[in-house]
Amino acid sequence: MSEKLEERAPEENADHAGLSQKIAVRETTPSDVDPWAGDRVFELNNVSVSYGSSLAVNDVSMQIQKNEVTALIGPSGCGKSTLLRCLNRMNDLIPAARVNGEVLYHGQDLYGSKVDPVQVRKLIGMVFQKPNPFPKSIFDNVAFGPRILGLGNVEDRVEKALRGAALWDEVKDRLDDNAYGMSGGQQQRLCIARTMAVDPEVILMDEPCSALDPISTAKIEDLMNELKEQFSIVIVTHNMQQAARVSDKTAFLIVEMDAAEGNRWGQLVEYDETDRIFTNPQDGRTEDYVTGKVG
Amino acid sequence: MKPQTAGNQPAVPGSERTRLAASGARAVTLAQLSHQPRGDRLRGTIFMTLILFAVSLALIGLVAIIVQAAVKGAPAFSTDLITNGPSTINPEQSGFRPALLGTLYLIIGVIVLVVPLGISAAVYLEEYADGTRWWNRLIELNVQNLAGVPSIIYGILGLAFIVRGPLDLGFILAAGSMTLALLVLPTVILASREAIRAVPPSIREGSLALGATQWQTIRRQVLPAAIPGVVTGVILAISRAIGETAPLLLVGAATFVTFSPTFFGDNGYTALPVLIFNYAARPQDEFRVLAAAGVILMLIVLLAMNSFAIWLRNRYEQQW
Repeated sequence: MSEKLEERAPEENADHAGLSQKIAVRETTPSDVDPWAGDRVFELNNVSVSYGSSLAVNDVSMQIQKNEVTALIGPSGCGKSTLLRCLNRMNDLIPAARVNGEVLYHGQDLYGSKVDPVQVRKLIGMVFQKPNPFPKSIFDNVAFGPRILGLGNVEDRVEKALRGAALWDEVKDRLDDNAYGMSGGQQQRLCIARTMAVDPEVILMDEPCSALDPISTAKIEDLMNELKEQFSIVIVTHNMQQAARVSDKTAFLIVEMDAAEGNRWGQLVEYDETDRIFTNPQDGRTEDYVTGKVG
Repeated sequence: MKPQTAGNQPAVPGSERTRLAASGARAVTLAQLSHQPRGDRLRGTIFMTLILFAVSLALIGLVAIIVQAAVKGAPAFSTDLITNGPSTINPEQSGFRPALLGTLYLIIGVIVLVVPLGISAAVYLEEYADGTRWWNRLIELNVQNLAGVPSIIYGILGLAFIVRGPLDLGFILAAGSMTLALLVLPTVILASREAIRAVPPSIREGSLALGATQWQTIRRQVLPAAIPGVVTGVILAISRAIGETAPLLLVGAATFVTFSPTFFGDNGYTALPVLIFNYAARPQDEFRVLAAAGVILMLIVLLAMNSFAIWLRNRYEQQW
C-alpha cells in the first residue's frame, strides 16, 4: 500500500505520514477488538443529494474503513447507488445533481473547490451494474486506463490486473479478441481488471452481480475477499445474502415518503458491522428488512 | 401438430368416452382457428393490393427512367465517355472528362470542409451542449430546419457571400465546394449526432470512472465507436451533393467547359449534372445520346457510393 502512495502526489504522502502516526498511536493501546479502529478512507458528514428540486438521499453520516468491504443495502429507490456515486463524483455527470454536506476522503473534502473530479476518479474506481466493456480487444480494454494516464509498463499492468481479477488463465490466449465475445461474468471481471489496472485506492461497485448467473456471482464474491487486502471496496447490492457473505460493514437505507407532497427519498437507518446488522440489528426496520418481512 | 399426436395416442386406451371427448374438443378448436369473417379477408386483400400498387408505381418509374436512359445512351458507351471533353466540332466523340473531374474535385473539397465541421458540431451538440439552454435549442432547431432548405437558396448564399461579398473568391471550383459543403453540412451534423448518440452512456461512464477526461473519453471511446455511422452519413450526404445542379449554376459552374478544372483557377469548371443539363438542351442528336449516357454514368457513381455506405455500415456497425 505504501509503495502505491509514494507514486502519488507529495502532499498525499504527507497525509499518509500523518495517518500512519495516528495508527501508531492506536497500536499502543490494544484495540484489536474495536472494528472501527482502522484507517478511514471516507467520512461522510450530513451528506444529502438532490436532483433538481427533489431530494434523493437525506442526511447520511458514516465512515468507511480502509481495506474492508462496505455494503450499502436497501429497497429499490433508497438512494444507495446515488450515495455510491457521490464517492467518486460520478454524480457530476448529471447536471441537475447537487451534493450537500461533506464527503471527506482521507480528510479532504471531495467537493472542495480545488478538487478535480478527474483526479478523484483516478483514485476511486468504479464497476457498474451492467458489464460495460469497451468495444475493443480484451487487452485494449485493460490497457486503456494505464495508457490515458500515462502509466508505464502497460503489458505488465494488464497481466497483473487480469491475474488479480482471476481472469488471466481464461483469456491469456485470446487477448486480442473482442471483449464482447466473452460471457457476462467474464466481462464483469474484465471491468474489475480494468479498474484495478490504474491502481486506485478504492473500488466502488454498483450492484456488480445483478446481471450475472450464480456461478459468475460466486467468482466475483470470492474475488472481493481477495481484493480487499489491496483495495477498499464499497458495494451496493440488493442481495442481502451477498452483503452478508462479502461485507465487513453494512449500511441499511430505506425509502422515506412524504405522503402529502408525494416525495420519496433515501434515509440511512443503521450502519454497523455486518454481523450485527444481520443478527442483532438495533432498529426494528432493519430487522424487518433483513428477515424478509418487508422488501 | 399437437392434436394429431394426441389422436394417435389416446390418453386412456380403450376408453371410448375419452376418445369422443377428445375429438369433440379438437373439432371446436379447429372451428375457432379456421373461422374468419369474409369481410375481413376482403378488406385485407384490397389493402394489400393498394400497397403493392403504390410500391410498383414507384419502382416502375425508376426502372423506366434507367432503362430509357440506358437504351438511348447505349451508342455513347465507350471509353470516350470518360476520357474526352465536350466538343461541338466532334460531337460523336465528346465525353464527360471535365465534368467527371469537376465533380470529383468538388466532392473532395466538400469532404475536406464538411467532415471536421460536421463532426465537431455534432460532438458539441451531443457531448457538451446543455440541452436546457435556449441557445443550444435554437442551434438544434436551426440545424434541423437547414437540412430541409431548398438548394437554390444555398446557391444564392454562395453567390452573395463566397463568390462575391465578404469572401469575394470569384467563380472558382473551391467556391462551388464551399457552397455544396454548406448545403450538406446539416445532413452530416444530423447523421453524426445519430451515430454519437448510439454509443451507450455506459461506455462514457466506464471511461470517465477510470480517470479519463471528457475529451479523452470522446476522442478514444465515443468517436471511434461512432465512426462507421458518421462515415455512412457523410457518404449519403456526398451522394446528395453530387446530384445538385441549381446551386452550382449560381456559383460559377459553366455549362460547357472543355478543359480539366483546378481548385482555385478562375477559368471555369463544370460538374456532371450541369453538363448533362447542357447536353440535353442541345439540338444535335449526338449530344442527347451523350446526356442519356451521362445519366447512367452518374447513376453508376451514385449507386457505387451508396453501396459502399451500406457495406460499411453492415461491416463495422457496433452491436451493443
